[in-house]
Amino acid sequence: MSLLVDIEKRLGDFHLCASFETDGGVMGILGASGCGKSMTLKCIAGIETPDSGRIVLDGVTLFDAEKRINLPPQQRRVGYLFQSGALFPNMTVRQNILCGLRGERDRAKREAALQAAMELMQIADVADHRPSQLSGGQAQRAALARIWVSQPKLLMLDEPFSALDAHLRMQLQWQMRSLLQEFGRDVLMVTHSRDEAYHLSGRIAVMDAGHVLTVKETKALFADPGSVQAARLTGCKNVATAVKTGEYEVEVPEWGVRFQTASPVSDGLKAVGIRAHYFGARAAQNRYPVVYADDMEEPFEWLIAFRYASAPPESKPLWWRIPKDRRSLDFPQELGVAAANILLLYA
Amino acid sequence: MDFYPLYNSLRIAAISCVIVFFLGIAAAYYAARLPRAVKGILDVVLTLPMVLPPTVCGYFLILLFGVKRPLGMLLSKVGIKFVMTWYGGILAAVVVAFPLMYRTARGAFESFDENLAYAGQTLGLSNRYIFWRIRMPACRQGILAGTVLAFARALGEYGATSMLIGYTPGRTATIATTVYQLWRTNDEAGAFVWVMINLLISTVVLLAVNLLEDKQRRAVRR
Repeated sequence: MSLLVDIEKRLGDFHLCASFETDGGVMGILGASGCGKSMTLKCIAGIETPDSGRIVLDGVTLFDAEKRINLPPQQRRVGYLFQSGALFPNMTVRQNILCGLRGERDRAKREAALQAAMELMQIADVADHRPSQLSGGQAQRAALARIWVSQPKLLMLDEPFSALDAHLRMQLQWQMRSLLQEFGRDVLMVTHSRDEAYHLSGRIAVMDAGHVLTVKETKALFADPGSVQAARLTGCKNVATAVKTGEYEVEVPEWGVRFQTASPVSDGLKAVGIRAHYFGARAAQNRYPVVYADDMEEPFEWLIAFRYASAPPESKPLWWRIPKDRRSLDFPQELGVAAANILLLYA
Repeated sequence: MDFYPLYNSLRIAAISCVIVFFLGIAAAYYAARLPRAVKGILDVVLTLPMVLPPTVCGYFLILLFGVKRPLGMLLSKVGIKFVMTWYGGILAAVVVAFPLMYRTARGAFESFDENLAYAGQTLGLSNRYIFWRIRMPACRQGILAGTVLAFARALGEYGATSMLIGYTPGRTATIATTVYQLWRTNDEAGAFVWVMINLLISTVVLLAVNLLEDKQRRAVRR
């Protein structure tokens, strides 16, 4: 169970250059919109044709530019869940799912697979509804059932939750998590949401401007994004250019401070990142005087903008996020951040 | 009363409508897949008959299929003669009605959500199945509208028809050419009868389409 992708494709100014491997489990592809995530999935599905490179799924070559292999989508056994679900509007849910079972000749087996999938996705009660009558969550589950019964070797989810409102999104994520474990084959999930990527994927590939920047275990990626883009995509709010000033010390001119780091700084450091919730009024390390700038109230947290007292005037403020019950009335004189929480970014 | 013009008009309109249905859909489907430059040129050529005066279309048809022209001579060797025959009326109607079908079908195809076709492909459905069972039903409003417009246009075709096949009672006469002929020969009452017949047919066709669309809309909403 493995997928190897190494492809290039030019589209006007855009240059897609995706290269990664999976070895079972769920792999998330995290990137801003327009970074080439969906194009990569379309190339794997055979909907788009790369200019060069190759795609191999479980030892079967789906695409190889040099050997002139380019299997049609119908023969790739790759399931593709679209953001909209892409249910056929002129068919009922049942007919839609049966479309995934057209290869099954045995009528009884077909019916059994249909019933099992509807049961699994909890859509048996809307079997005779048309897609226009379904809720967003039902439509996505029906679309997933349709793919499920076709028994793909690889399942690709293209922003599967974006069209849903927050409550349904959460619900479907819970269901999806156990479904994906049950599926037991390769899954690729494209998303721009770090939460979705974190909840569902074991590993994450970060894409930016058509290139795969990093592929890491999910937890390792969030702990050490390694690049500016990866830091931003994993939700790091404070990123600034930095220079190495010692083996365990960096200077950030934009913020006017120096930080001690927990891991040694290598040459070629580009920037540092500090997550907004890593600051603390009582943190002992890297303490510096700060000046309040602004704040924004969130449902359960405060997002406070501040500057270091030593920062050049008019510099961009930093963000500090703190639970409401922990915000004291007076703005602290100094804020600290643990050395281990200074993210070192090299690209 | 001689009902030949009614019979002739209906068979010309029906046959040319069937031809235009398939030609228009095929042209619309494949035009959408062409490179932009080629598509632009083809689009102009295929739409011209809609904006040109029908007599100009008729002129070109005579230029091509006249008995003394190369193509006309070639065809007459195998016994096909479009000039002054009833089935020449089919040719004229097809040329004039084609752009209506082509353009409405193309509009329908362009608004089709291509992800539906992609989803079908990854599910292993054949391209033929996707075309007839998914793309066509999704576009049926536009295609139905185009077909009706093409039929109505073919039924009402006068200019190119009269140039190519003229007016021979009992042989090439259609409703449109008969109305003109009768009026020209001061038979205003005779012309009025044919006007009413034409009006009746067109009204019935349009009503039928409206009913059909209503029924479908209700079926989808249910």
